[in-house]
Amino acid sequence: MIAAPSKQRRSRLLEQIVFWCFRLATYFVLACATYIFLDITIKGGRTVFTSRVPFVNVKFLTESPQTLYVFDYHGQKMELSDSEFRQWKTTHQEDVDVTSVAYSAGGIWPCIVGTALLVIGSMVLALFIGISAAIYLSEYSRNTALIRLIRVAILNLAGVPSIVFGLFGFGLFVIFFGWNVSLLSGWFTLGLMVLPAIITASEESLRAVPQGLREGSLALGATKWQTIRKNVLPYALPGILTSSILGIARVAGETAPIMFTAAYALRDEMPWHVSKWTDFFFQGVMALPYHIYVVSSKIPQNEYTERVQYGSAFVFLVLVMLIALLSIILRERTRNRLSW
Amino acid sequence: MVSLLKMPETLPQERPRQIDAPPPEEATETAMIDICNLDFNYGEHRVLHDVSLHVPPRAVTAFIGPSGCGKTTLLRCINRMNDLIENAHISGGTIHLDGTDINAPDVDVVDLRRRVGMVFQKSNPFPKSIYENISYGLRIAGVTKRSLIDEAVERSLRAAALWDEVKDRLEKNALGLSGGQQQRLCIARALAVEPDVVLMDEPCSALDPIATAKIEELIHQLRTQYTIVIVTHNMQQAGRVSDYTGFFYLGRLIEFGSTTKIFTNPSQKQTEDYITGRFG
Repeated sequence: MIAAPSKQRRSRLLEQIVFWCFRLATYFVLACATYIFLDITIKGGRTVFTSRVPFVNVKFLTESPQTLYVFDYHGQKMELSDSEFRQWKTTHQEDVDVTSVAYSAGGIWPCIVGTALLVIGSMVLALFIGISAAIYLSEYSRNTALIRLIRVAILNLAGVPSIVFGLFGFGLFVIFFGWNVSLLSGWFTLGLMVLPAIITASEESLRAVPQGLREGSLALGATKWQTIRKNVLPYALPGILTSSILGIARVAGETAPIMFTAAYALRDEMPWHVSKWTDFFFQGVMALPYHIYVVSSKIPQNEYTERVQYGSAFVFLVLVMLIALLSIILRERTRNRLSW
Repeated sequence: MVSLLKMPETLPQERPRQIDAPPPEEATETAMIDICNLDFNYGEHRVLHDVSLHVPPRAVTAFIGPSGCGKTTLLRCINRMNDLIENAHISGGTIHLDGTDINAPDVDVVDLRRRVGMVFQKSNPFPKSIYENISYGLRIAGVTKRSLIDEAVERSLRAAALWDEVKDRLEKNALGLSGGQQQRLCIARALAVEPDVVLMDEPCSALDPIATAKIEELIHQLRTQYTIVIVTHNMQQAGRVSDYTGFFYLGRLIEFGSTTKIFTNPSQKQTEDYITGRFG
């Protein structure tokens, strides 16, 4: 039966309205993302790039943060970093009226290194524990009440706010285990935070491997572990890597879990400046997200702080994008070899 | 459902039957697989009732019957593939392979599966090279000597009548093969570990008539060396390739005997009805 013309018109109109709602929602997201991205790129680009060769602000990327000294010297406006200012003082004896702005000179190299270390350590930890747990859940466990409870617990863990992870890590690792504010505490706290996402995604990737491959392998006399290692896990890895991309972005970006467990606002030594190799794990580090937090909210704001804020945010953005790109390339390369 | 697919004219419609095949009564003495009063359950649901039959060695035994009659379940009991299914268990009876109870607690299921190979309904080549597919079973068994593996790969591919088609592209991904080639690859893979028994679960159900004919030809050749059990929906196929046939209906073995007898002179009314296409 054909609907009455008026009804048809109405449904066509509705179709148009719904279509435009969806379209506008998409454009809205796109516009927001573009605005944020452009804002950071343009303002951050002023800090990171220069107009002269080598076109990149090498100092910003390779030096530690320093205090900026701004003063007027015989009508000339001077902007000197801490070290430059001391140098200048040795040759100029007169007193000047100096404004000092914390963290606004030098660079963010220790923060880049610290973030990289935190990401690598916590992802290794989370992938190891997460994939192991996912293998157990998808390949070994039977559907019992306990397993269902574990699954619910994992889902709930994914919904826990990151500040709670931060406080938990502070209580357990920093205080109770006595690891203090350290890389190790940060690794475990961040690792725990991304664990649910990695377990869930790894389990899905494992389940996506056709059952026929498991049966084919078992029927040839392979043990369960041989089957998993040679004929299931390799095919699930691209999916697991995809999930870890999101994990990396989250680990790199979260401030709350590390502010009590691993991050220092300022540290002069680089992480490899340790007397014993074991000290490496028990040192706090500077980290980009925490640095951005500190320079944006912990110090008086003025025209000089904006540079380091946007510069850090821009570098941070690029860094996360590079890591994501790397994972995507890695995933594509594994995926091209396997498809069924 | 019975496939009434006609074979192309150029292919032999009916392979000459072995008239002098020994009757099943004699085969009992030398049964390779001895299934005795087997009951099988999925949870509370019983799918096999009191099945007893003797699969003779070095011959092709076909299980036929309508969908859901339990023939695949029985097949998967023989290499304990049903262990993988939750709540599935044997609730009575025994299966002996060469006199050993395969469900005894001291039997290593890995050893059992090495002796009892399986070819699945949906061909499942691993997404690896052809060479790696065939050598997989040997490698997991701990064979590392390259010359031994090379030899086994060629031998099994030749046995599966695939060697000439793939010898120049052993390093290529097995998924690039055609459907029929993939299934023959799976047969070759099962043969590479030199099993005594090869179980085939509707190996041709997804193949076209020409590929089917090749696999049937292959099964026919293999039976001189292996004990083959094949599950099939296709009665013509059972008639063409098997020496013995068991007809299953609703989880019971209705009749078992030499294929010639089952197809020409069945003793049960149900068998006759099924064979002649009156139901199924």
